[in-house]
Amino acid sequence: MLEARVTVRQGEFLLEAELTCRGTTVVMGPNGAGKSTLLRALLGAVRPEAGRIVYGREILFDDARAIDKPPEERGIAYVPQGYGLFPHLDVLDNVMFGIRRGRRQERIVHALSILEDLEVRELARRRPSELSGGEQQRVALARAVASSPRVLLLDEPLSALDQAARPRVRRFLADWLRGTRLRTVLVTHDASDARELADELVVLEGGQVVQRGTPDAIAFRPTTEFVAALTAGLIERDHRSVPPPGMLTEDE
Amino acid sequence: MTDALRIAAKALGFALVLFLLLPFVALALTLSAGDYTAAVDRGLWEALLLSLGSTTIAAAVLVLSGTPLAWWLARRSGWLARRIEGLVRLPAVTPPAVAGVALLAAFGRAGLFGEALSEAGIGIPFTLAAVVLAQLFVAAPFFVLPVADAFREVDDELLWTARSLGTGPAAVFFRVVLPMSAPTFVGGLAMAWARALGEFGATLVFAGNLPGVTQTLPIAIYTEMEGDLGPARVMALVLLGFALLLFAALRTARVERVLGKRT
Repeated sequence: MLEARVTVRQGEFLLEAELTCRGTTVVMGPNGAGKSTLLRALLGAVRPEAGRIVYGREILFDDARAIDKPPEERGIAYVPQGYGLFPHLDVLDNVMFGIRRGRRQERIVHALSILEDLEVRELARRRPSELSGGEQQRVALARAVASSPRVLLLDEPLSALDQAARPRVRRFLADWLRGTRLRTVLVTHDASDARELADELVVLEGGQVVQRGTPDAIAFRPTTEFVAALTAGLIERDHRSVPPPGMLTEDE
Repeated sequence: MTDALRIAAKALGFALVLFLLLPFVALALTLSAGDYTAAVDRGLWEALLLSLGSTTIAAAVLVLSGTPLAWWLARRSGWLARRIEGLVRLPAVTPPAVAGVALLAAFGRAGLFGEALSEAGIGIPFTLAAVVLAQLFVAAPFFVLPVADAFREVDDELLWTARSLGTGPAAVFFRVVLPMSAPTFVGGLAMAWARALGEFGATLVFAGNLPGVTQTLPIAIYTEMEGDLGPARVMALVLLGFALLLFAALRTARVERVLGKRT
């Protein structure tokens, strides 16, 4: 389990957030809420002013004890917005980038088997620029998994896709995340992503956590108007459970 | 009217091409058989070797010191970084003779550090070291500035992603930043090297004209100009040939492939 409590100050902006990740935790909020800053703090790219980040018993960051592990020692694989594939390497070399153990031949076999799992093995010798958005995402996931991380960080994993491709890729990602045993922290501003992907949802506004819980619980009991507007999409169309009487917003 | 203008524009452009081409053609056409042996007698190969040797040292020093500087410039945007970038640009607009005088003022026997250097038993002016320093001075901007620009192009997110995959900062530089910047890196090095190879003014002022010690090929050409033009023309052609060869070699070395390939 990943547990984090961080305070990050960037100029005027202050982020104070607490987060626990057992399965897939989705961090949702409008632009400028501090979602990406939170991810960067977990990753180790931004040093919190105060707080503690722990995986199991291992301390990744603790300002009180002056512990601040560099990103390469945290076991947290990051997939940035736009997927961040290395443009100078083909797909196979991208996936092999994070595999350190074994001889070259073993590493190739390992990388190919991960690509196979993600159903993109035939792309092994292609360059990232030749791939569609959905294919790039699968390769980025393969590369992240290949580094044997404990936690996966996904920053807006669907925002780089065109509207038509989004539902299909979202479904794939949801199935894949359920199948993998990796803890995942995923950032999005899209309620549909939260509905399909989240075990637990954390709503961030202006650098503060305004609500947390399962997507259903939050959608049916929004504590602020902001959360209600933001999560209205969670209960449109898809009624997996019956809403308690009187909890629906007017436009429903 | 517009037709006339178009024809005039084309003619002017074409005239410039002719003007650029003509001297090279003339250089080749005016050679005679005896010129080559005369040039060899006048120390053609000795001067060429000195040119190639000194520029190789200057290029190596430039890569070793210029690459970290370019990286620093690329990752900083503050007042100091902008001033230092301006300073690095300065030699590119400094007349070579001025550069030579300035180098003398700093490292000459009567210069700022002259006394300290001579007490330490180091004399720089009129030695091979002076040749290399003059070349380094004039060539540095041609490498550092474009490479810094190329480093800037590498997105921070890519670097953090690489780090998160278990790769330390130094390895990220060699496995991500350098391969991604390889075309500019190689191009900048080629331009800097060509500039160093052609260096004349600063070298003449700071390093002098000592055959076998500081007489590089451009200076040898200048020396020959005072006598018979024949050997000078041969030397000029050889220098041109090597400059082109160097450029072509670096361009086709496929360094980006070599750097891009994982070990």
